[in-house]
Amino acid sequence: MDISSIDPVILIASLMVSSTSILLAATGELIVEKSGVLNLGVEGMMIIGAICGFIICVEFKSPFLGLIGSALGGALLSMIFAAVTQFLRANQVASGLALTLFGLGLASLLGHSYTGIKPPYLPKPNIPLLSDIPIVGKMLFQHDVVVYFSIVSVVAAWFLFQKTKLGLIVKAVGENQESAHALGYNVIRTRVIAILVGGSFAGLAGGYLSLVRVPQWTEGMTAGAGWIALALVVFSGWKPLRLIIGAYIFGGFTILQLNLQAIGIELSVALLSMTPYIVTIIALVLISSGKGRVGTSTPGSLGKVFMKVR
Amino acid sequence: MTSTRPLTGTRQSQAIPLLSLSGITKSFSNIVANSNIKLSLNHGEIHALLGENGAGKSTLVKIIYGLISADSGEMYISNTKYRPKNPKDARKNRIGMVFQHFSLFNAMNVYENIAVGLDDSFSELDLRYRIIDLSKKYGLPLNPNDVVGNLSAGQQQRIEIVRCLLQSPKLLIMDEPTSVLNPMEIEQLFNTLRKLASEGTSILYISHKLNEVKELCNRATVLRGGKVIRTCNIKDYSTAEIAELMVGNSVKATVRTNKIFGETLLKIQNLYQDSEDPYGISIKNLNLEIKSGQILGIGGVSGNGQEELMTALSGELKPKKGKILFNGSLINSLNSEERRSLGIFSAPEERLGHAACPDMTLSDNVLITCSKTANLTKYGFIQKDLTKNLAQNIISKFDVRTKDFSSLASSLSGGNLQKFVVGRELLQNPKLLVINQPTWGVDAAAANFIRQAIINLAEAGTAVIIISQDLDELLEVSDDFTALVSGRISNPRPVGDLGLKDIGEMMSGTLLDD
Amino acid sequence: MIEIVPRTQKSNLISATIPIMAVILTMLFGGILFWSLGKNPFETIRMIFWDPLMNETFADYARPQILVKAAPLILIAIGLSFGFRANIWNIGAEGQFIMGAILSGSLGLYMYPQESSILFPLMIILGIFGGILWASIPGLLRAYFNTNEILVSLMLVYVAEQIMAAASIGFLRNPDGSGFPGSRNLSQYPSAANLEIIAGTGIHWGVATSIIAVLFFYILLHKHKFGFQVSISGISPKAARLSGINPKFLIIWCLGISGGLAGLAGMFELTGPAGQINIDFNVGYGFTAIIVAFLGRLNPIGIFFAGILMALTYVGGELTQFMLNLPAAAIQVFQGMLLFFLLSMDLLVNYKIKLKRS
Repeated sequence: MDISSIDPVILIASLMVSSTSILLAATGELIVEKSGVLNLGVEGMMIIGAICGFIICVEFKSPFLGLIGSALGGALLSMIFAAVTQFLRANQVASGLALTLFGLGLASLLGHSYTGIKPPYLPKPNIPLLSDIPIVGKMLFQHDVVVYFSIVSVVAAWFLFQKTKLGLIVKAVGENQESAHALGYNVIRTRVIAILVGGSFAGLAGGYLSLVRVPQWTEGMTAGAGWIALALVVFSGWKPLRLIIGAYIFGGFTILQLNLQAIGIELSVALLSMTPYIVTIIALVLISSGKGRVGTSTPGSLGKVFMKVR
Repeated sequence: MTSTRPLTGTRQSQAIPLLSLSGITKSFSNIVANSNIKLSLNHGEIHALLGENGAGKSTLVKIIYGLISADSGEMYISNTKYRPKNPKDARKNRIGMVFQHFSLFNAMNVYENIAVGLDDSFSELDLRYRIIDLSKKYGLPLNPNDVVGNLSAGQQQRIEIVRCLLQSPKLLIMDEPTSVLNPMEIEQLFNTLRKLASEGTSILYISHKLNEVKELCNRATVLRGGKVIRTCNIKDYSTAEIAELMVGNSVKATVRTNKIFGETLLKIQNLYQDSEDPYGISIKNLNLEIKSGQILGIGGVSGNGQEELMTALSGELKPKKGKILFNGSLINSLNSEERRSLGIFSAPEERLGHAACPDMTLSDNVLITCSKTANLTKYGFIQKDLTKNLAQNIISKFDVRTKDFSSLASSLSGGNLQKFVVGRELLQNPKLLVINQPTWGVDAAAANFIRQAIINLAEAGTAVIIISQDLDELLEVSDDFTALVSGRISNPRPVGDLGLKDIGEMMSGTLLDD
Repeated sequence: MIEIVPRTQKSNLISATIPIMAVILTMLFGGILFWSLGKNPFETIRMIFWDPLMNETFADYARPQILVKAAPLILIAIGLSFGFRANIWNIGAEGQFIMGAILSGSLGLYMYPQESSILFPLMIILGIFGGILWASIPGLLRAYFNTNEILVSLMLVYVAEQIMAAASIGFLRNPDGSGFPGSRNLSQYPSAANLEIIAGTGIHWGVATSIIAVLFFYILLHKHKFGFQVSISGISPKAARLSGINPKFLIIWCLGISGGLAGLAGMFELTGPAGQINIDFNVGYGFTAIIVAFLGRLNPIGIFFAGILMALTYVGGELTQFMLNLPAAAIQVFQGMLLFFLLSMDLLVNYKIKLKRS
């Protein structure tokens, strides 16, 4: 066992890669929750994105088409959730669980002839100059596009809610649905769009797993990443930029425990493998204890069914 | 447009009316909310829309504001046909509305709240400047950076008004604007409205408070049961006459035959109670005493600690600091069921969801507060027959208009559900009854019924605490009066000794020393 | 124009027919799914719903199997239904199921091979305790720190799976198993085995317990104050508090009940059908039970029938795998569909759909 064999540069570089997926899914879910909808089906949308992206990538031999396909797959599945919760007013918690169960099943059904195949690689962009900087270049500037896209989308989400009218409307719908309706905004339509956006982000997150991170298709390959993305949104206190911090802390633990396993540290593999989940629980407890709604800016209408009243 | 109504006393009666409605009809599933409504509004006129709860006022203004569409009928703005599909259309036609329940967003700041309600886009800086400018001009001071949830109801209303004024409306609709204001704030609001009217803005003013309407408005249209009963020049009628038009028959006053106070029953010493709502007001150092047979009215605008005082008295939340003594013994740690066993009953403000459970039958709703005192359970098992009988008993004794005990609470009208809730507590022979907003949203007949029931209860020796923002109600029913402002109260005083000035001071909190 | 109008009175008839309509719709759309997979939809549906019960060749094997698979689903779903009614969402029953099995299994394996008549009852208690222990983590965290119980209970499933993996290759591994993962087979250890009460019927102690649980919890829900408190807490938490219910107390009880029943189911599964602790011990009963709870309308009697129906789709699904080579996942999709149709039609419980002429 030799801890010094863990290279911090590679550690940080791989931390960014391993966090990308949950960061994308969490960004999508944050937008959904800002509009006042709690979609617990992230895991299901992710796995559907993973398989849809994989199939399209393999069939068309294009990782880019694959990534687009994964986003479309996630959005398509989220449409079911949108229909059931927004038009048929079903309970959001139960519908989200249903989406996950259904998505896991559908994904393994779609994917059973795709196990064991290697998808074509997603080429990495060559960033001249920056990628040649010693240490920092290897750490930050030798990644694939999706890694950068995930960071850009977090910043875009921040800009959306801070600086644009559209973001203000989404926030208003999520904060107080009756008021938003009284001002003449279409609560249901806003939410349906938010759900679709969230679905495509979750789908892309899944696609990144099966096309870049792993890269191959295995059943149940999301392994709770969707749930961790949900926890990340709570952790962030519904503030987009904090998602990056949360995702990278989480990614750090994941990569560290994998590295420790690899060098054969004197700890049981099981104990190391459960650390990411335990860390998530501890983070949730720390965030939830003692803080009211003011500190975290939980959307006021989160999870509530909207009904027009006369 | 032909009109048969006399248009006396208005300044621009000869001109084309700003807004005119004819034949507006709207029905919901089985209720006709508006039937063949005819209404016309002149430029610069403050026009009152009167009627008791359920008369169809809200439906009518929502139709004008484009929130709901009428089944039939026509609307014209300055003789052009007007048919709004949504509030945006209404705002395009320069109609603004201030809602009774504000359409604001607690977690967002004043600037964001205003920006989200505007259809034209402004640059952020420009808008901030205009907010400050307008609020100064009309005496409505606002800071764009304040988080709305932390502001008082009066300040929140200013945001709504400024938001409307930014779109330079020709017509401003105000839905029960004074229900959340203290007397000083009401005076301020009236000044603003008069200024607007003098500049040519028409105001449609919805209210059921006749004194205010007489003070402020030129003409009034009275609605009852969804129909226009009369449109009249308000100065030509007495308050009693208008009241009769609204209710349909003369309003009976409540009767009190005796006033015998007994021993001190409840004593609150230095009570502190935190609010559960992150934007709520906490109770600070509150002292209070009440004797059996006494009715204590606690006035003040809702949201000043009313809910918090209620939960502290009912036992739903344990007080943070201080003592609550009942018959001399400390009851701080008792929960609401244990307090009911002692004879302390409470009826919260929110009927559906707090006092009663909407998706449960009336007989199940009886179990919420009577399960112990009426022995409705045996070894924990629910005695279904007893609960049904009790529910049926309440229905018949308190004139609750519904099919029977199997109706869902959500299917009852506000007045009937309130009669049921009050009846439920009254039948348990409380020693102390705490009731929050007893007649809020209730029609006049039911309100009168409930007030008389409370008086009868006090005559039989029960101590009653009424928390209400309806000042007229408190002055009619209570023996003593105080006001809860910013989580604090002044010393209660007998109602007979109070002048309008005293009440105004109590309600605006000027008597509280810091 | 369509108008959605709230009902003024509860309709038990509608409430009972919704699951049936959902099943019919699922059959319809499931049929289309099977057809798109190149199977004869009518044959497949018949094989799932009819053959396990009535086909001469399969029924003798399949009927007892239905009960064996229904028992854990019913036990877990009843527990979950109490929480779901009160808006307390334990979705980690799978983890509690595993922990019940590990705790009770540890005692059984520790005592092996001594025979004792009190071992089995003791293991039952430990099974319940293991489930309660695991469920009390999200319970206490929600009650005292207001931590989201959905996420915590779910995270603990992954933790429990890791513990089980560690147990089956480590501290509970069969010392005589020549290095293969997995514990000794408890169903072959008479004092710890969960045997059939009536041979050939599939009715083992777990099945008997689940039937008792249905009756017990039916009475608790509909006749006892506790059931009322649970229901009202879900619909109006404020009214519940006015009634004198302590919300913390309710959270802990609801999670305790669901954890205990899941742990109990895990214990029966371990000592009977599964036999040993191994990496593939849990097969998703804890998650499928969520569907069962909703399909049974969160009512013990309904859950009983829903559990049987869901077990039927499992057994029938296996049959379609053998006979028609239908992928196992198709049945999972089928079950997911069922839950969606059910949730979609829930609207009809509280609302009437009216056609309105404008």
